[in-house]
Amino acid sequence: MFIKLTYCLLFSLLFISCSSSDNDKYVATPLELEVPEIFSQYLIAPVIPTNNPQTVEGVALGRKLFFDPILSGNGTQACADCHRPQNAFSDPRQFSLGIDGIAGFRNSMPLQNLAWNFNEKFNWDGSAPTLEDQIFEPVTNPIEMNNTWPQAEASLKNHSEYPQLFKEAFEGAPIDSVLVTKAIAQFLRTLISGNSRFDRYLLGENILTPQELNGINVFMSEDLGDCFHCHGNPFNPLWTDNTFHNNGLDEFFADLGLGNVTGDPRDNGKFKAPSLRNLLYTSPYMHDGRFETLDEVINHYSEGLVFSETIDPLMKAVAQGGVQLSEEDKADLKAFLLSLSDPGFINNPDFQNPN
Amino acid sequence: MKKLSILLIFSFIIIACGSDDDNNTPTEVAVNLRFSQIFDELTVTSLNLSSTVYVNEMNQELTISRLRYLVSRLVLTNSNGDSFLLSPYHLVDLSNSETLNLNTNLTIPEGDYTLSFVYGFNEEDNQNGAYADLNAVSWNWPEMLGGGYHFLQMDGQYNINTEPAPFNFHNGTARVSEGVFEQNFVVFNLPNTLTVSENSTINIQMNIAEWFRNPNTWDLNVFNTPLMPNYEAQKLMQQNAASVFSASVE
Ligand code: HEC
Ligand code: HEC
Repeated sequence: MFIKLTYCLLFSLLFISCSSSDNDKYVATPLELEVPEIFSQYLIAPVIPTNNPQTVEGVALGRKLFFDPILSGNGTQACADCHRPQNAFSDPRQFSLGIDGIAGFRNSMPLQNLAWNFNEKFNWDGSAPTLEDQIFEPVTNPIEMNNTWPQAEASLKNHSEYPQLFKEAFEGAPIDSVLVTKAIAQFLRTLISGNSRFDRYLLGENILTPQELNGINVFMSEDLGDCFHCHGNPFNPLWTDNTFHNNGLDEFFADLGLGNVTGDPRDNGKFKAPSLRNLLYTSPYMHDGRFETLDEVINHYSEGLVFSETIDPLMKAVAQGGVQLSEEDKADLKAFLLSLSDPGFINNPDFQNPN
Repeated sequence: MKKLSILLIFSFIIIACGSDDDNNTPTEVAVNLRFSQIFDELTVTSLNLSSTVYVNEMNQELTISRLRYLVSRLVLTNSNGDSFLLSPYHLVDLSNSETLNLNTNLTIPEGDYTLSFVYGFNEEDNQNGAYADLNAVSWNWPEMLGGGYHFLQMDGQYNINTEPAPFNFHNGTARVSEGVFEQNFVVFNLPNTLTVSENSTINIQMNIAEWFRNPNTWDLNVFNTPLMPNYEAQKLMQQNAASVFSASVE
């Protein structure tokens, strides 16, 4: 009893001390994520780290930084050069070029619904454990923006607008790499796509063509496409399982993918199963951008599978090269996949270059 | 002012809680669950995935690369007939060690209990898209096969030393014919007494070998993939499920 009373007193003390420091300290304006209805209906809450809450000022700063070449070594390249709004924030080139004209070895990834990456493993191989961590990397990567953080921080500090914007977003803390990644991460978390024709169909606001309807049937049938085990379903409207698989692209791996990160040979040749949203804008496809068209992708699953030791057993028809879809089913599957594209996402005025 | 009233409410709660401290009720203990997997005498953990070769009843050599299963309505009942719901549902994923333990946040009186649970979901619980955490890990069962959720996913390769070929041992609602479905869950009322005391953990164990032999001997050359739309395979799995689980206290 006595102990409990003490707790009580302690509590009161806490309350009182909190309220006394509340007075007119500047705080950035909290901003809720705009969660699509279809996500709030079926999915768990998005991942927002407690040490980087969304704010109006933080998102605006992150957006400015994302489109500004100031972060690159020679002031010529912004994140948005390899993550273009019109391509659902991916790159139409198979391999993006860094500031020194050197090509990378992976296809750029679309940036969408990143707060719903529940496993928080970013990049094709899962090498970045959080979104903020991911953003540290391109700035200093020699085949990307090839800068140093001290130099990037100095450019921002000497700029006419950034010091004030950082002050407003982070309540006076000095500009450093951590705050840069936090601001950009806040902006990236607002890049939400959940208003495709298929989403509206699920909400009962839209009808689909018979072709698209047969396409979802091919996608969901274990004896036809069997895509849903890795790429989501109408109740997992992310259209990814956020995990890593070997989907039968190669017999030998030029890029070990997840295996390079974990060091476990059982992970060799595994890559993130990407979301199938916005495929209309994200060609070329796969981690190395090897397929230019969705027809090539579908032909891969239908006839082009190759066996390797780590192939996912869900690639069940590998002995026959794939699931052997009819031409009609292929066309319908493609029509369904395209119904997951969301023109409102790529044209959202809040996501365009503010500079 | 608002803060003061919150404070008052707090104190109230704290005092109210304090008042029944000295009663002589039986000791309440926490209940923890563990899910473990074996293949007869071999322990199966994530380290064995895609590497250890197991031999089933038909002498077929196989590896397992993915094992996930759902149990629901986990209830402990004592001789007074008091029952305690340990968890409404739980998905075990062998590759995710967090799912192998379940701390229920529940305390129950020390003593003897029996355990019951449902393998999968019963008809009432097995609703399309009803569980956000299960949707997020794509645990759904296609609507044209009756919808709701998977009960089991065991994927791997068989004939591993000759011509490896995949199997997808997936279980859920059985489709009799188009639009006609049959429930496929199994209710377990395990007969043995579980004596629960301080720091004890209830170990729920799956013997994977039983999926391949009891009562139906499973021939992977016949039933490998696709099994989800295969009514016969779905019912054979349900029959074999009946002997895969046991429970003990550690
Ligand atoms: C030179 C081109 C290039 C530039 C510049 C670039 N990226 Fe990327 N980005 C890529 C490529 C390629 C990948 C895939 C990397 C991999 O898997 O190894 C990627 C991956 C990502 C991912 C992971 C997405 C996911 O779903 O896992 C994020 C986030 C990201 N980039 C953000 C940024 C930000 C923020 C910047 C600016 C600071 C930036 N990128 C600059 C090419 C670029
Ligand atoms: C075993 C899990 C799995 C299954 C089943 C599966 N995929 Fe994939 N899918 C992946 C993985 C992993 C990748 C990325 C592979 C890589 O880049 O190396 C991928 C990539 C894709 C891409 C490229 C997307 C992009 O942005 O580059 C498309 C499109 C696609 N899959 C469609 C399908 C379709 C259609 C089906 C069914 C016919 C299917 N997938 C079945 C795992 C799977």
